[in-house]
Order: sequence, then C-alpha cells, then structure tokens
Amino acid sequence: MSDIIRTENLTFRYTTEEGVAPTVLDDIDLTIQAGSFVAVLGHNGSGKSTLAKHFNAILLPSGGKVYVDGMDTVDEDRLLDIRRQIGMVFQNPDNQIVASVVEEDVAFAPENLGVPSAEIRRLVDDALKTVGMEKYARHAPHLLSGGQKQRVAIAGVLAMRPRCIVLDEPTAMLDPVGRAEVITTIRKLNRERGATVVLITHHMDEAAQADRLVIMHDGKIVRDGVPSEVFQDVEGLRSMGLEVPQPVALMYELRKSGVDVPLDTLNAEDCAAALLKLLV
Amino acid sequence: MDPIIETKNLTHVYSQGTPFQHTALDGVAFSAMPGEYIAVIGRTGSGKSTLIQHLNGLLKPTDGQVLFDGEDIWADQQRTHQIRFQVGLVFQYPEYQLFEETVYQDIAFGPKNMGLDKDEIDRRVRQAAHFVGLKDKTLEKSPFDLSGGQKRRVAIAGVIAMEPSVLILDEPTAGLDPAGSAKILENIRAYHEEKNACIILVSHSMEEVAREAERLVVIDHGHIPFSGAPADVFSHVAELEKMGLGVPAMTGVFARLRAMGVDVPASVYTVEQARDAVLAALQKKGGGK
Repeated sequence: MSDIIRTENLTFRYTTEEGVAPTVLDDIDLTIQAGSFVAVLGHNGSGKSTLAKHFNAILLPSGGKVYVDGMDTVDEDRLLDIRRQIGMVFQNPDNQIVASVVEEDVAFAPENLGVPSAEIRRLVDDALKTVGMEKYARHAPHLLSGGQKQRVAIAGVLAMRPRCIVLDEPTAMLDPVGRAEVITTIRKLNRERGATVVLITHHMDEAAQADRLVIMHDGKIVRDGVPSEVFQDVEGLRSMGLEVPQPVALMYELRKSGVDVPLDTLNAEDCAAALLKLLV
Repeated sequence: MDPIIETKNLTHVYSQGTPFQHTALDGVAFSAMPGEYIAVIGRTGSGKSTLIQHLNGLLKPTDGQVLFDGEDIWADQQRTHQIRFQVGLVFQYPEYQLFEETVYQDIAFGPKNMGLDKDEIDRRVRQAAHFVGLKDKTLEKSPFDLSGGQKRRVAIAGVIAMEPSVLILDEPTAGLDPAGSAKILENIRAYHEEKNACIILVSHSMEEVAREAERLVVIDHGHIPFSGAPADVFSHVAELEKMGLGVPAMTGVFARLRAMGVDVPASVYTVEQARDAVLAALQKKGGGK
C-alpha cells in the first residue's frame, strides 16, 4: 500500500512574544497508508490537534518534514494540491458552514477550485448522498441537528474529492445519536470509498473502531498498533490520563479478581460473548 | 422535605404566533430536593436546555410556574434577581465566557455583583478556586494563558463563588479527555458534599450520569417520561434507545447476556457492578456443581 502522509522527525514549537514556547511535537515519525482508518488518542494538550494541522499545511514544521503524497508541505507551489488531497473537519460544525443553503455550502470548495458547474452539481449530489443528507440539499443549515450539520461539513470536504479526511474531534459537541451518525458515515467512507481516514477523538469507543490506533503523549507517539492490542495496556493508558473502552475495563477487573478472560473485547457484543463462555 | 426548586405545569413555546412556533416544554413537573444530585438526560432538542434556563430565571414560562423554596421566582423583580445568585448555571463551553484580566478577577465577578465586601469576595474567590483545584499562583495569571481544561475550571469557579444552593452544569465535561473529565466531576462532587448543594448535571454520557447522580430525569419531546434511580431508569433499555439515548456500556453487555439466557441482574450500569455480578454468577455456577 502507498503512503498518503509521512512525517520525518517532525518537531513543532509555537513561538510567542517572550521567545520560544515548549515543544508541542517532538521528533515524530509517522506513516499513514492510503486507504487506512487511523485513530489518534491523547490527553488535552498532547499535541494531537497540532499534528493534524500539519497534515494539510495549516501548520508547518519547526523541524523535520511532512510529506503528503510525496509533496513537501513547505513547498508553497504545491499548497493547493496538498489541500485538495487532505480534507479537514473540525469540532464545531457551526464554524465550518459558510452558506445559508446546504447544497451551496457543499459547493463552496469546488466553486473556489474553479470546477465547471455541471461537474459541481454532480460532486455536490454525490457528496450529500454519501453522508445521507441528500434530502436536506435545499434546507437551511442552522435548522439542522448537530450530527446533521457535521455530516454537511463532511460533505463539503468530500466535494473536493480528497484522498484523505482528517477529523479533529468531530463528535465532541454531539449527542449519542449525532455521534453514531458521524461515526457510521466515517466508516462508510473508509470501507466503501476507500478514503483514508484520520480520526482524532477523546471517545475510546470511537477509537476502538479504527484499524490502527496511535497514542500521543507530551508531543510524542507512545503507542501504535491495532486497537485490540493497544487497549490491553490498561494501566499504561490510565497513567497517561486516558481510559479504555468499558468492556475492556470489565475484563481487566475480572482478571484482577483471578478470572481468566480475554482482554481484547472492544465492544458489547464481544464482551457478552466472552462472558457467555465463562458463565455457561 | 420540600423541594428546593420545582416547576409546576411548566410550558414554554418559542416564537409563539409565528410559523416557527415550537413547544419546547409541555406541562413539565420537575423537582429537586436540597442536597440532591440529579442528572438530566435527553437528546439535542428534547427541551433540556430550555428547562434548565427556566430554573434560574433566564427564560420566562409561557405557562406554569417555577418555584424556589416554594415561592414563584417571578413574584417580583427583586426575587428574580436574587434567584440568579441562588441557582448557579454553568453553560456549555463556559471557557468562552472568560473576559477579565486575571483569573482572580474573573472568579470575583459574580460575588462583586452580589454587593459583597472585599474580604468576603476574597474568601469566596479563594474557596471557589480551591474547589476546582486551581493553585494560588494561577489566580494572578491571565485566563487566556491557561489550558482548555483549566479555563473551564475557572469558569466553574466563577459560578461556585456565588455559593449557589443549586448548581446546574450543562455538559461540563464535553471535549475534555478522560482524566480532565474525571477531575471536573470530582470538583463538582466536592462542592456538592461540602456545601450540601443540589447539583443538576446535564450530560450525554450515560456512563457519567450512571456513576455520578442519585437520580436521573429523562426528557423527551418536552416531557419527562420517567425519572428515578439509575438502576430503574436504565431498565427501560428499549424506550431509551427509541429516544436516541441508549444505556451505559455495561447495561448493554448485561442486556445481551440476559437475552442469551444467562441469569444475571438487569440493574448493572457501572464496571464495578458488572465485575461483582460476574463474580457472583461464577460462584453460583461453581457452588451448583
């Protein structure tokens, strides 16, 4: 599989009026394969959002390199190409919606890219269909629910046909139904469209659904693996201010009480199945 | 004991008389006892924000009453004004409401408006800062130099400094990491216990409300379909899911086990309860052999 994003010794410091601030990203080497679904977890201030902003050149490295599909993000001539490849979705849907009609909002990026209008029509319809919002094409965004607005924001990114979508805590402001809508949409994009997805989140159950889980702590990558393995290090994650999905936490408690159970039960189905074996 | 805060037949209609007319609350009877820890759960748009904004007089009922200590909060202007100090409301993402030059001044804003003297303001600011775990040296910093989690604690301290007997918090842990969330919930619990304050927590996390609250109040389409202890409320698995609320992860696991014919209790909603229930079931199985 080819790489879509690659960082080499990526280091980043914010500079302030008083001088150089502490290091936010410290010597990060990370490669993201095209078509993969990667979740990034870390406590507030661990550097995960800063890392994400390097993926489409919103921020540029203080040291080291970031390559998007082989293009160096400091190369200004390639900026537009880089931003077309990597779409970003942020936490607050209200800050990302610019038009007063859903379909116009989704058309914003392709219009700015100078795409012919017939082609825009096709891109917009397709994007709205992908996120399940085609019925709302003529609606006013401010009357939609949080989950719907966030799906419109995702459609707006999709209309640029990016190869990779980076979502920075897209469900933080949503209720459980809104969260489920957004996560289902993301998974569908990855599985059916083959889009590369980088999901930054605080929700362990969302991270558990990714193919790969990267954990950041104090500006460094401290764990990198499949969720069912990474989440087995219950004490290690807790010492970093993180948690594990509750089905794993239960199994961990049972093990501490001397019961022999697996630790890789990331969801309710797997957990119930393992307990059934134990109890029957 | 009489409720500290109570709504009687509370109805609120937005944009009445326009094509956008919308009934957000429809004859709601809500009550909270002094020193009670309540969680309010409901989908976005269920009416829960409308309800809590009535409890400290930010919204005026279209119909019905809001009573504090048995008296209508809209009885006279003076009373409505006083209620805002008695019933503290911490909004969602309160860190965006910080505005003063120092953390100290920001926390002191509420007590100052209450007309308290300087010494009392100082005592309250320091005590409120203590409740939310802010250090003395942080008080002199600009709130804008703090991290997100710290800013939120400053905002909560600003409300606590008014020493409200009812403290309402709208999703106080949204956007925080697990450790940050746990710390904020600990701070709220400390205030609850030391001041015997009534806490009304609005949250989307079923795990969080299951762990923290003594009583849950469910809101759906402007009504309260049921309320009660977490074990009772979470036994309504199907209804809750229909309302888009779901149940805590552990309740879900145990509902599945029961559906597969395993004899385990239905009232499990925390990891600790689940562990104990599994250990008990194992013992029963071993003893039966």
